[in-house]
Amino acid sequence: MPEKKTIDARGAFCPGPLMELIAMLKLVQIGDDIEVLSTDKGTAMDVPEWVAKVGHEMVGVEDKGDHWSVVVRKAK
Amino acid sequence: MSKRILIVGGGLAGTIIANGLCRQLGKQIRKGDISITMIGTSDQHMYQPGLLYVPFGKIREAELFRDQRKVLDRRVPYHIDPATNIDVDANKVTTQSGKVHEYDYLVIATGSRLMPQNIPGMEEGAHWFYDLNGARKMRDALAEFDGGKIIVNVNAPHKCPVAPLEITFMLYDYLNEKGLMDKTEITYTYPIGRLHALEPVAEWAKPAMEKYGIKYETFFNTKEVDPVAKTITSEEGSTLPYDMLVTIPPHNGAEVITSSDLGVGGWVPTDKQKLLREGSDNVFICGDTTNIPISKAGSTAHFEADTIIDNLTSLLTEGRWARNYDGKVFCFVETGMKEGTYVWFDYTTPPDPGPPSQMIHWFKLAYNRLYWLSARGLL
Repeated sequence: MPEKKTIDARGAFCPGPLMELIAMLKLVQIGDDIEVLSTDKGTAMDVPEWVAKVGHEMVGVEDKGDHWSVVVRKAK
Repeated sequence: MSKRILIVGGGLAGTIIANGLCRQLGKQIRKGDISITMIGTSDQHMYQPGLLYVPFGKIREAELFRDQRKVLDRRVPYHIDPATNIDVDANKVTTQSGKVHEYDYLVIATGSRLMPQNIPGMEEGAHWFYDLNGARKMRDALAEFDGGKIIVNVNAPHKCPVAPLEITFMLYDYLNEKGLMDKTEITYTYPIGRLHALEPVAEWAKPAMEKYGIKYETFFNTKEVDPVAKTITSEEGSTLPYDMLVTIPPHNGAEVITSSDLGVGGWVPTDKQKLLREGSDNVFICGDTTNIPISKAGSTAHFEADTIIDNLTSLLTEGRWARNYDGKVFCFVETGMKEGTYVWFDYTTPPDPGPPSQMIHWFKLAYNRLYWLSARGLL
């Protein structure tokens, strides 16, 4: 059964949302979703760019007003 | 009845907490109202940031170590008997010898460990300096290196996030002084789309690397190393040849965390302000062991430890919470063999590193010795 994990990286300067996502992807199963919450506006662009490069799946990017929610599905 | 504090982990975080609590709770310990016990894995305490200097022969190995029992306040019994199971529901920890320690308050500070074995070929094909054996091997390889392609390869997650940049600039200075840079090419690879997680540090590093002719590749997450062909390949599809590969291997938390079902990857879900394990009100998590999205660094552990000392003391003596952790991190950054800078930030203050100077480099060298005062809870 696929699971969903959340990384609350709001206000995190280091290592930052994308690095946290990369680390978490190593720990979950194929088909699992990871939601990254971030106050860094760059996350909404960086994550889709990287996900496209490595072949995971973008589930969605949502502007929540004071932060972004970015959901990625582990595909390999 | 006496309150029992059990600390699992004899590294920087656990040691500062034990020594700090002894300072705050001396009267209660003397009366037998409170006891503090530590469980660790080694009779030696290592100053991990000093490993950065080992490959260049810039520090004596003996300077990295002290007897843990001498660093630790003598009122704290220290058992070299690794924890094998942590049962937070039953408030007890079982050790390798089969002994069971019961507690009223638990501090878990079991740290992180290198996992080069998680990437095919990395153990056989790469050097690293994040442990003593690796740093020694890298020192020997550097002594024989007479030019070629060096790759400094960074993997997520890893502790001490500025060390990859430090080793890169120190390598440049070291090889330049040996007259080898005219036949050496250094390439730095990083997992995300810039040269460092901290944007201001990345903005400083980029022109600095370009000035020295250090190449770089971003969005590089290692898929495999071929130690025979001497190539490294990324998940993003890039393959680079090397003569010497210096890697920062991916890390995991301690095995006892995963085997006790306390957190995936060995990282314990932790309240980022209270530093309590999520779901517990008597289990504090400190240092690399937390899953907080913050730098895994000695200074993080130190500032977290200070918060836990204040809160445990306050809870035990006044029955109230003292203060929250504000996310403070402070890191020196060696920008070569002769200059350094520093960066600090917290949950609300972004980092803003100043220009490198010789003075800050000297202060870093001084801190390499002052560390032992930090571990004793004096600094």
